[in-house]
Amino acid sequence: MSTTASSAVSPAVGRGRRAARFLGGLAHRWLPFALLIGAWELATRAAESPFFPPPSQIVSATHELWLSGPATRLFLTDLAMDNLLPSLGRMALALAIAAVAGIALGMVLGRSERAMAYLNPLLQFCRAIPPPTLVPVFIVLFDLGTQMQVASIIFSVIWPILLNTADGARSVTPLQMDTAEVFRLSTVDRIRYILIPSALPKIFAGLRLALSLSLILVVFSELLPGTVNGIGFQLTDAQSRSDMPTMWSVIVLLGVLGYALNTLLLAVERRTLGRHRPADGKGDT
Amino acid sequence: MLEIQNLTHTYADGHTAIKDINLTVQDGQLVSIVGPSGCGKSTLLRCIAGLIRPAEGRIVLDGTPADGVPDNLAVVFQDYSRSLFPWLTVRDNVALPLKQRGMSKAQRREAAMEALESVGLADAGSKYPWQLSGGMQQRVSIARALAYRPSLLLMDEPFGSLDAQTREDLEDLTLKVRGDGGMTILLVTHDIDESVYVGDRVVVLGASPGHVRADLTVDLPEPRDQISTRELPEFVRLRAEVGRLVRGAGETAEQAATAAT
Repeated sequence: MSTTASSAVSPAVGRGRRAARFLGGLAHRWLPFALLIGAWELATRAAESPFFPPPSQIVSATHELWLSGPATRLFLTDLAMDNLLPSLGRMALALAIAAVAGIALGMVLGRSERAMAYLNPLLQFCRAIPPPTLVPVFIVLFDLGTQMQVASIIFSVIWPILLNTADGARSVTPLQMDTAEVFRLSTVDRIRYILIPSALPKIFAGLRLALSLSLILVVFSELLPGTVNGIGFQLTDAQSRSDMPTMWSVIVLLGVLGYALNTLLLAVERRTLGRHRPADGKGDT
Repeated sequence: MLEIQNLTHTYADGHTAIKDINLTVQDGQLVSIVGPSGCGKSTLLRCIAGLIRPAEGRIVLDGTPADGVPDNLAVVFQDYSRSLFPWLTVRDNVALPLKQRGMSKAQRREAAMEALESVGLADAGSKYPWQLSGGMQQRVSIARALAYRPSLLLMDEPFGSLDAQTREDLEDLTLKVRGDGGMTILLVTHDIDESVYVGDRVVVLGASPGHVRADLTVDLPEPRDQISTRELPEFVRLRAEVGRLVRGAGETAEQAATAAT
């Protein structure tokens, strides 16, 4: 970074070094992954089991299935449009509803000791129920298909958002509330400028949990009868047709999706919380 | 004018923090409040600020008995790092309370920049509080209070956690604010020198429960100066007197009454 004349390293060389270090770091991170894939390739080729196609075959199946479409649609095939997008849409809808409701309720619970005292056992009970076991209940309560799927995702992912938000809202320091009181901030301003910003790190932690849960739930809910599309539907469909490469490519796709969505959320979190760092630098982690 | 009448506060656990405090402060006066720890200084300040409802007695501000937080009051807290909001820029921190004043966004910004300029932080508006030193952060708190244009400014040990040089600078800033007029200032402090240096009056509180032990008028020439004012015989005499009162103030009101008879 040095730009002084006395510096022996020119900016161009500095950039080169940084690029090298970056690539080196990348290699370190992905080396075990690449080795594992290589070993898998060799093992599956040697075994020749129809149930375990080699990764190269999975990759070509993935490409053919999802990514051989027209360039105007980002290479997405009809199959991808018909299955990937509905699943992602249901996930996004459920997450959005759960986030709004969870953050709102969490704020109330976090700021009201009485509400917390009354409702905490109930909340902990609801949260402790493994979400997939409730899907049959939702099948009874809602129409099969999207309504039931979205409802079951919401019911599973709302708890981490709600409880984390409540925790964050409780963490507002008394002096910050005193300051708001002295300067007579309105309730809306208190929520917008004090409660939400100070609960935001916790809210993001809840959202990350909710995101990975929602991926599990969207797939699980699509495994059930009454489903006509979606990633989970394609998985059971491929399985029933003994189409092993497709089944495996769905599994790989889910891994990639989970990773990509989490990375995206982390990037949003970094951007949002970057200016948010308290004086002790705790926000760095 | 601020009138504190028969103010008594007992906490839920039965501890009486202040008992029967009476104090009248004229407009534009700066009153220093000193006392040993446990004399109820912060309870007194929190009662005036409307953050605690006193058990007995009342606060009358400009002839109106206060109920809750008065709308023409601002507070500068000791812990500036928790009182400023780290997620807002310095300018937004100063401008936020002005929303209640019904000012437009442009007016709020302008008032905030003006206040920041008056405390010597014209260039820090777009920074975040945690990017500033402790002294500068406390200046931001003062700017926030000034922009709010209160008629009563409470300062709760505002310079207690700052180094000596910064503390002197901010004492002079407080004197400048007093000099600009229009504001009654109550400054709670641990520092006896400070109480005399900035005050028009020094009120010494006694402990267990907190009561007014002495009320001294500070008659030092203006403008005050960190070096020459502190050399004056009157300053030295007052400082010694306040010191003796604070030391003796550790004894309870009953003991003091017994000693007096």
